[in-house]
Amino acid sequence: MPDSGQLSRRRSVVGDGLVMSIRCTRLSSRNVEALITSLMLPVALMLMFVYLFGGAIDTGTKYVMYVVPGVILLCAGFGSATTAVTVSQDMTGGIVDRLRSLDVGGTAVLAGHVAASLARNAASTGLVVGVALLIGFHPTAGPLDWLGVIGVLALFVAAISALAAAVGLLAGSPEAANGFAFFIMFLPYASSAFVPVSTMPSWLQGFARHQPVTPVIETLRSLLVGGPAGSNPWQATAWCLAILVGSLGLAGVAFARRTAQSLSS
Amino acid sequence: MTDKLAIEAHGLRKSYGDVDVLRGIDITAEGGSVLALLGPNGAGKTTTVKILTTLIRADAGTACVAGFDVVGQRRAVRRSISLAGQSAALDGPQTGEENLRMIARLAGLDRREARTRATELLDRFDLTEAGGRRVATYSGGMRRRLDLAASLVGRPGVIFLDEPTTGLDPRSRQGLWDVVEDLARSGVTVLLTTQYLEEADRLADRIAVIDGGRIVAEGTAAMLKRRVADQRLELVFADPASFAAASDLLGRRVLRSEPARHLIAVATDGRACSVRAVLDEVDPEATRIDRFEVHGATLDDVFLTLTGAGPAGPGSSSIEPKEVLHA
Repeated sequence: MPDSGQLSRRRSVVGDGLVMSIRCTRLSSRNVEALITSLMLPVALMLMFVYLFGGAIDTGTKYVMYVVPGVILLCAGFGSATTAVTVSQDMTGGIVDRLRSLDVGGTAVLAGHVAASLARNAASTGLVVGVALLIGFHPTAGPLDWLGVIGVLALFVAAISALAAAVGLLAGSPEAANGFAFFIMFLPYASSAFVPVSTMPSWLQGFARHQPVTPVIETLRSLLVGGPAGSNPWQATAWCLAILVGSLGLAGVAFARRTAQSLSS
Repeated sequence: MTDKLAIEAHGLRKSYGDVDVLRGIDITAEGGSVLALLGPNGAGKTTTVKILTTLIRADAGTACVAGFDVVGQRRAVRRSISLAGQSAALDGPQTGEENLRMIARLAGLDRREARTRATELLDRFDLTEAGGRRVATYSGGMRRRLDLAASLVGRPGVIFLDEPTTGLDPRSRQGLWDVVEDLARSGVTVLLTTQYLEEADRLADRIAVIDGGRIVAEGTAAMLKRRVADQRLELVFADPASFAAASDLLGRRVLRSEPARHLIAVATDGRACSVRAVLDEVDPEATRIDRFEVHGATLDDVFLTLTGAGPAGPGSSSIEPKEVLHA
């Protein structure tokens, strides 16, 4: 069948992932209301923390110097809800059948969503840092430190987004996927993001010290405003990689399972 | 590939839990032909399509599409086919052109080829003007056309259309039919599922009627239509005993029977003397038959007869009683 098909398949997971990334980023950029929320919310939260709570919290430094990494991570948590919901929408809509019939694998589909999440977070983080600079945040970070900040943040956002994507695949509906955001959003509060861990009740300190957000926060803080990093960068990297790999594995299984059991007659 | 079977399935079975959705489906379609899978909701049409397009696996049976086994050579099958459904498989926030280009890239075309192909398809499906608009703003008919265009991006040899016109207004349906006919002329093999006999009649070379997970009839539209009479006389009996007696008397002449309503349908030419003859034969004392109706047989009757659907079945609304008389 010479004319009827058999295109030369210059395809790869990377190529498909790229196409899916463009798609997901485009979809994000066209959801104007969600986009504005995801850009304005971080700024609003930071202003709230700095001007409402900040005065009452003693961190040994100006609060804005303390809180910026926390706000960025909190917003990554909010953003993960968007990822979970959009993945879930893809799975419950008809697009997944088309992608499957085009032989697009789960990896490429998820890569697209993670890439879109990275793009959204890059925009909101840039805005947060910009506003923070206007209200008195003066980081001491040099160019290499900034690269480190970007690297750690990107790794954290990728890990959280992959986890959110896995949840989106497992959730029965977009609404259920949305509920997931609560858990992710809770994590930064019970970390050193907004208050020093030493001010927490002792039973919470154990959790706060040994959850992924704290080492990421401490790493960012030491890169941005100086201070000892200790083993935090390694812990942060290990946590993020573990979450990333675990989530991708889980997502791969969940994608295969979800697409194998499409019902209806 | 016109002399080869493009679709060949034997004994396909599929259950979800206790529900047997398919109970042994056998279908074949020659290369370059249009096969319609006709049946009511829940008959197993979509399940059959999903098995043939490798999206789900049958519990039993074998199927080859475009010469490849749908399980063992799944990738080769996917490269040779495409599936167009009820148009949900498009991104509303992307424009028509962006959707087509994305699908073209995923089908393995490079950036430039993808753009050319998208332009070409938009033109062919009369969507050039709408190509720059977001799909969310499209009408139902436009979405179906775009969906169909999307399924042609990879130049498939076999195309599956799952209820392509369900929910469309008559005019959009007509437009889509034109497109499918055009497609059939271009030599691709089409398997189309539909609830409308009219659609199958118009588009398909052969029709397979599916009901309750089985193929209950298969043939050309003309062959199927021959199975029902031009007109149908429906007799409603006063009580179960009369109904049973008449059932025995008429035997194989009964086209359809509904015990719950004490209703029996037989073929008739619709002339008064013929109707009177049947009435006199079945009910010489004029006590057993409560009412009778003469229906002009429609294409949908074929469907109803074959699928055993009651009056609430799909398409029943198009059966207009020609006259309603009280005996």
